[in-house]
Amino acid sequence: MSPFLFWIFALLMLVFGAAVIINRNPVASALSLVVSFLGLAALFMSLDAYFIGIIQVLVYAGAIMVLFLFIIMLLDLRAEELRRINWVASVGGFAVAFVFAIQIFSVVGRFPASKQTFPALPRSTTDDVHRIGMLLFTDYNLPFQVIGVVILVATVGVIILSRRETR
Amino acid sequence: MITLGHYLIVSGLLFTIGFAGVMLRRNIIIILMALELMLNAANLSLVAFSRFRVDPMGAPNYNAQVFIFFVITVAAAEVAVGLAIVVALFRLRQTTHVEDISSLKF
Repeated sequence: MSPFLFWIFALLMLVFGAAVIINRNPVASALSLVVSFLGLAALFMSLDAYFIGIIQVLVYAGAIMVLFLFIIMLLDLRAEELRRINWVASVGGFAVAFVFAIQIFSVVGRFPASKQTFPALPRSTTDDVHRIGMLLFTDYNLPFQVIGVVILVATVGVIILSRRETR
Repeated sequence: MITLGHYLIVSGLLFTIGFAGVMLRRNIIIILMALELMLNAANLSLVAFSRFRVDPMGAPNYNAQVFIFFVITVAAAEVAVGLAIVVALFRLRQTTHVEDISSLKF
């Protein structure tokens, strides 16, 4: 991947990621999150992870964002925009996040492998769905079935939580 | 040239944005969105390491990509349960503002 495209998509992802937490309107935040995830999916594809990029678009930009927008619409959250800002908490949170970013920069700067470029792949990786599927059903068969139980438990839990109590 | 460090820095910055969102915002739905940003930042560094560690057959390390598959699945379940809790809370209190919900039992 050319460095130009990398910077375009990384900047797209970071700018719209920042827009998610800056916007006062929840709908604008959710739509910024979609754009941020599309930039992230492009970065995944730049790393030759086509399957992960595609399920990123399908699951996040498709399913999870629709769920967020649906809940925002259901709860009618427009009144939240009028709230005053707690400046002390904002400055404190920003300072903690800034210190955290400094730490990440120093750790990555001292990590010796971070100066190396990615090794070339001798052949195409468009068969990654096949490879990941083979791993899922052989080495990771037990975690795969556990994740199915997790989804089932989440489904039952959501139904119980959102049910109206009938007395 | 784009090195592994570039991807790790971008991933770290995305994680920081999500972290700042959890610290700064008081709306539960925005906090859930910031949590998603943090999970995805972790995914980006996992994919970068997967592409960096090429095995002798010339393929990336697919174990990391299987791991991301699990992370995405758990994130989807987490968002569904989290939003159901938000809806249940909104029915009781008519708010999604964390400062209005300070008692553990009501």
